[in-house]
Amino acid sequence: MIKIIHLSKDWKEFSLKDINLEVKKGEYFVILGPTGAGKTLLLETIAGFYFPDSGEVQIDGHDVTNLPPERRKIGFIYQDYSLFPHFTVEENIEFGLKLRKSASQDTNRKRLEEIMDWLNISHLAHRYPATLSGGEQQKIAIARAIAIEPSVLLLDEPLAALDLRTRDYLREELKRVKLKLGITMLHVTHDQTEAMVLADRIAVMMKGRIMQVGTPYEIFNKPLNEDIADFVGVENILNGVVGSNENGIAEIVVDMGYNIFAVSDYHAGKVKLFIRPEDIILSEKRGESSARNVISAKIEEMRDMGPLTRVRMDNSLVALITKQSRESLGLRKGDEVYATFKATSVHVVR
Amino acid sequence: MKLLSRWSGIEKLKREKIFILSLFLGLFLVAFVCVTLGNMFYRQAEDVSGLIDAAKDTVVLKAIGISISAAICSTLIAFFFGVPLAYFLARKEFIGKSIIESIVDVPLVIPHIVAGIALYGVFMRYGLIGAPLERLGIVITEAYLGIVVAMLFMSLPYLIDTAREGFKEVDPRLENVARSLGASHWRTFREITFPLAFPSIRSGAILSWGRAISEFSAVLILAYHPISAPILIYEKFTSFGLSASRPISVLLISICLVIFVLLRTLGGRRE
Repeated sequence: MIKIIHLSKDWKEFSLKDINLEVKKGEYFVILGPTGAGKTLLLETIAGFYFPDSGEVQIDGHDVTNLPPERRKIGFIYQDYSLFPHFTVEENIEFGLKLRKSASQDTNRKRLEEIMDWLNISHLAHRYPATLSGGEQQKIAIARAIAIEPSVLLLDEPLAALDLRTRDYLREELKRVKLKLGITMLHVTHDQTEAMVLADRIAVMMKGRIMQVGTPYEIFNKPLNEDIADFVGVENILNGVVGSNENGIAEIVVDMGYNIFAVSDYHAGKVKLFIRPEDIILSEKRGESSARNVISAKIEEMRDMGPLTRVRMDNSLVALITKQSRESLGLRKGDEVYATFKATSVHVVR
Repeated sequence: MKLLSRWSGIEKLKREKIFILSLFLGLFLVAFVCVTLGNMFYRQAEDVSGLIDAAKDTVVLKAIGISISAAICSTLIAFFFGVPLAYFLARKEFIGKSIIESIVDVPLVIPHIVAGIALYGVFMRYGLIGAPLERLGIVITEAYLGIVVAMLFMSLPYLIDTAREGFKEVDPRLENVARSLGASHWRTFREITFPLAFPSIRSGAILSWGRAISEFSAVLILAYHPISAPILIYEKFTSFGLSASRPISVLLISICLVIFVLLRTLGGRRE
């Protein structure tokens, strides 16, 4: 468990502003934020590499604010692996083990072999880090960190420097680490997919502050404000005024002049609407659908994004459709289409 | 086909134009060093017996021994005090840091004779430091210690600057990780930081030793006696001329070159 209470810190151009956060025992917690948000600084302050200007850090119920890093029982993993270049793989993993006074040499040896075996790196034991690929290096960094059986594992953009396939693979390895060890993991990233796939809970961090904490569903579908919405990929951010509300379904007149139905408790006043682009379905005909919102529009721009196509319409709505549906609909720039989405897909905030 | 390949060879040379020019310009300096020293060795080769006589002369051997050992002492002192300073300068930002760095580099820019006079003023029997030391029975001027002091003053920037750059190249994140794995700050320094910075520290120490052994002016003023190699060479040169001073010179630089090459290659296996 990690508990952060009113933590503040200024360091160079980065800062932490009154951070309060609680990561539960055994939880995979992701801090998601853009570059420069202070995520690394937060992680390094939790680790004890920096001393906070004010506030408190607790690990497993103990106040560790004044403890040096070596007494905090943490594992730390950096983006660039940070393996000791003058040690072999085995020596890297052994480094922390040898420092544990309680364990015997035999126990350490066994633990080393067990971990290398478990992560499939035994064949690399006598190599030097410089001769390994990024993915291999990061696995060794993970092995080294978990070898000492830390109470929490702190991960600073651990997959950012890897190619896509290795990233996918290591993401699964990290899940495996969590499942097997039941260890509390705090992972910092700017990558939404990573956060979505790995996190039990996510905190969005911007400009040194925690903006929102919630499940991946809450963060990506119910962002608290426009900044968060924009960062988590809600491409449809509309301004509107609530016209009426019947049984929790609000009818909202948006700036562009059409009406949108949304699940909301608001009965009147100005609001913002967030709709994820992948929640909008495009069709040529006004189809039979239970969805409350069917809006006609003209396609203004289509951008191929590999498996997906991003379609921007003249009413400023943006939809993400699969390559397959794009082809079966035969969509082109200038076509008239119907954009369909549910009232529950619209998140309304003041 | 042959013609084509030769043609592509010329094309290749054309693309390397700047490198070829750089090489020629640089070779000028390499030749400068080689011709100067080579000529001296060559001339000496014509007079082998002179060299043998010098190698048998206890005065010469003693002078060379003093030079080598005093330079080792000065390097060890520079190492003991300089490496911690270099680590501190590499890791910490503070007001006045550039002032400290400049002070360290001052010996590089002042004339050696001036440094010698300044040192003499401080270390002579009535000097600021010389007087209290004298009361403890320690004499600097005209003593072995004087040679060490003069050498240390002139050579310390080399070790500190090189070591500082070496420490800077060690990623602080490696230190952080070591700490997180349970290593104390001291242990982290011993097992991670120092070994990784060591190649630079070693080069710094070699440079510093080389600078120390070649120091003449400052040694001349602070401790003419016991007579060290450069002083002896100078004395022979002014009294008996080139042919008398050359054998000792050849002997001294031969020993220095051997030590230099040994230090450079030994323990350099990590690269």
